[in-house]
Amino acid sequence: MSLPSLTVSTQWVLHLLTLLLLPPLIPGLINKVKAVMAGRSGPPVLQLYYDLAKLARKQAVFSRTTTWVFLAGPVGTVAAGLVAGLLVPFGHTGTPLSFEGDVILFAYLFGLARFLTVLSALDTGSSFEGMGAAREVAFSALAEPALFLGFAALAKASSSLSLSTMLLGSGLGSGRMAGPLILVLVGWAIVFLAENARIPVDDPNTHLELTMIHEVMVLDHSGRPFALVLYGASLKLLVLGALLMDPVLPRAPQAWQNWLLFGAGLGALAVAVGLVESMSARFRMTKVPQFLIAGILASAFAFLLLLV
Amino acid sequence: MSLYLIAVALLMCSGVPGLFLRRRGGEVAAGLMSLGALMGLTAAVRVLAGGPVATLVLPPAPLASAGLLTLDPLAALFALPVFLLTACAAVYGIGYWDNHQEHARTLRLVLGLLAASLAFLVVATHALPFLLGWEGMTISAFLLVLTEDRLPEVRRAAWLYLVCTHTGTLALFGAFALLSAATGQWTFSALPLGFAATGRGTALFLLCLFGFGFKAGIMPLHLWLPSTHAAAPSHVSAVMSGVMIKMGILGLVRLLCWIPDPPFWWGAVLMGLGALSGVLGVAFALGQHDLKRLLAYHSIENIGIILLGLGLGVLGKSTGHPVIQVLGFAGALLHVLNHSLFKGLLFLAAGSVIHATGTRDLERMGGLGQRMPWTSGAFLLGSWAISGLPPLNGFVSEWFIYLGSFRTLGLFRWPWSLLVLTALALIGALALACFAKAHGAVFLGAPRSEAAGGAHEAPRSMRVPMGILAAGCALIGLAPMLLAPALDRVVAALGEGTRVQPLAPLAHLPSLSLLALVLLGLAFLLWRWLRPLDPGRTMPTWDCGYAVSSPRMQYTASSFADGLVAGLRWALWPRSRGGKVAGCFPADHPFESHVPDLVLDRITDPAFQSLSMGAVLLRFLQGGKVHIYLLYVLLTLLTLLLWMVA
Repeated sequence: MSLPSLTVSTQWVLHLLTLLLLPPLIPGLINKVKAVMAGRSGPPVLQLYYDLAKLARKQAVFSRTTTWVFLAGPVGTVAAGLVAGLLVPFGHTGTPLSFEGDVILFAYLFGLARFLTVLSALDTGSSFEGMGAAREVAFSALAEPALFLGFAALAKASSSLSLSTMLLGSGLGSGRMAGPLILVLVGWAIVFLAENARIPVDDPNTHLELTMIHEVMVLDHSGRPFALVLYGASLKLLVLGALLMDPVLPRAPQAWQNWLLFGAGLGALAVAVGLVESMSARFRMTKVPQFLIAGILASAFAFLLLLV
Repeated sequence: MSLYLIAVALLMCSGVPGLFLRRRGGEVAAGLMSLGALMGLTAAVRVLAGGPVATLVLPPAPLASAGLLTLDPLAALFALPVFLLTACAAVYGIGYWDNHQEHARTLRLVLGLLAASLAFLVVATHALPFLLGWEGMTISAFLLVLTEDRLPEVRRAAWLYLVCTHTGTLALFGAFALLSAATGQWTFSALPLGFAATGRGTALFLLCLFGFGFKAGIMPLHLWLPSTHAAAPSHVSAVMSGVMIKMGILGLVRLLCWIPDPPFWWGAVLMGLGALSGVLGVAFALGQHDLKRLLAYHSIENIGIILLGLGLGVLGKSTGHPVIQVLGFAGALLHVLNHSLFKGLLFLAAGSVIHATGTRDLERMGGLGQRMPWTSGAFLLGSWAISGLPPLNGFVSEWFIYLGSFRTLGLFRWPWSLLVLTALALIGALALACFAKAHGAVFLGAPRSEAAGGAHEAPRSMRVPMGILAAGCALIGLAPMLLAPALDRVVAALGEGTRVQPLAPLAHLPSLSLLALVLLGLAFLLWRWLRPLDPGRTMPTWDCGYAVSSPRMQYTASSFADGLVAGLRWALWPRSRGGKVAGCFPADHPFESHVPDLVLDRITDPAFQSLSMGAVLLRFLQGGKVHIYLLYVLLTLLTLLLWMVA
């Protein structure tokens, strides 16, 4: 994808910088929105940056039962998230790496992160973390087909298997594609909420009473490993958020306008997540599978619409 | 070819010296097996690298057909895991099943025989040597399963295996008879165009599917597989699961080589069976708490993935889409190799665990990662690979199949690929869950029993084979380009060679390797960032404020899988008993849950039981009294007379 005013290397640098530095801003924005909705002033938007800086200087405490697997979770989450971030376009700003079939690698990188996180949770031997891990693998078994069916629909519509063409393909704007695209986005929005452990699937607010899935698995992490966990979670918000927004972002003539559009889209997404969290309650655990199956059905119907 | 035959002979004789030696029998057998394996691997690699295809022709008239044994690329690809895994198993056997264990000498002898039969079967291109190798494999595997024949469940498993596999062999006799009727010779050769669409072609396909499917463990013909794999010694299970069941796949691939124009529905049937085996295999694995039964069900799952690839390839071939054909077949064949690497690795690691703890029950393990770091690492790597996660080899083969199925999206009226895509995505997610459960229950957390607490690391002779297999998994995952030319040659045998495209650029293997390296580099940097912190402070696990936490409070393997098993209960029909507590101070209360096999425990066992009960009802007919029998004769004659008159 050639862009008029920015060279390829500048794009690379911008993409990498966005990928590395932007993520902690998103949870800050979401929390700010929630605070404003609740009438509080809330923590600063940059709070996660401060937290990370503090945690990086702190000494870690390890459980006696743990082995090196305990550290593989945080390391794997961040490494896989960063590589996945190289594959996904940030709006119409060009992707560093793109090839046929990178969607599969993209999806499986998240699988890798999940696998290692679950193992590092089980490494502590805590029953509470075991529960979180069991829920994580059970719910993601439903999120995975929804994600893949969405990919299948977009691949059929754009006749391409590479993320950047699939998400930003020119065929997506036409009227015939509008219906399927909306359905795919609905399915993916559900996947987005589930994978990032947001309300209504999980409540990221506390570490204990309300949180049932993701935060439960990292109860024993502290210090630098915990910094990586938090950073990895925000990275996932950015990367999956980009996946969700790309098909709806319009294409601007200038590269800087595209970056601006991407930033605006990301902000809008964070506001939307904050609004959802302010206005709805977390589902009971038994309702979550139904919610995720709704995501599968939305993606499957998108595909069926493309067949006719 | 002579190199290959010497290798086969070496494998066959490897256990013989051990019969007469008082000590070191295992070392001698392992040495001979390794030597044979090196020679066999050399021969196979030479063919895969583009060397001439070797053929053996014998002079006697009935056998003087073109090619009794042929080491073509397909045979060479299947020969790789045969040699690698059997040699690894033999080396592993030194420490795992030493002379103090029962039947150690005969075990080594028969393991050599199994290896030789497998190596012989792979190159057989004539019905006679094929069936010879097939029977040799069946019978030696039967004897190996019987190693601990004092246990009744072992005897039952071995018997079940023998019955099932011979039922399959019966179908193969029919298939080869049909084949020779069509081509006029017993050598494997291409069938005429249009044959596959005839009734005889259909019969041939169904017979092969039944005969080879029994061996491969395709659902619902898998009924022998879980108990047999659980009953055999672990290194034998590794060979059986890693190599032996693949011979069913080899048979199916050979069949596809003979057919120039497979009908569309063959591919559909293969894909349907693949999706069924894959999803149900992993679903049943989730319900198991016997470590080896769990791994056995995963073999069924992986056979399902291989069938998905084969079906996709047939679909591409029958509709003239070479890209889909190449990706489907290459994915299936690479998965054959990959599965033998990581499943062999997993069974060997499971063997170390069983060796150390003396139990196969997941609920009695835990915390072995601290006590057996090498075994834990090996099992983790195997779990990583079998769950199809990058950057290991399981991902590469699934990647081919995914790519192939995405390519079919716009082509057919019916969305066949949707089946493959959803099945693969579901299998991937469930396999991840199942191996998180297995690794977590065995190696992580705190020990749940005294046996697990006192476990020790396996000796070096058991660690080295695991290391070799693990290195194979990592190598194929990081540098799949190395295998691409070999896969091209094998895939060319499955279709018109000229139209087949090279795999490496088609599947973007260089980009894949690059990203795998980036991933590893990033992980290394992050690891370095974490490491310099001295692990100064260690505390007990924080368990939400409980002062005294006991290992029995940990989440068990069954509770970990419970949510998924409950979600899949329409297929699994789990059984549970007990667990209802009442009152303010309930006493100890037993609880057990268990997922019986759908086909064996729910269909065939009850069916055969009612059959034998029905037979009892007929027993009065045969009372052992001669006058009654004379009455039968008279009655029969009268009936015949009446029939004649009428």
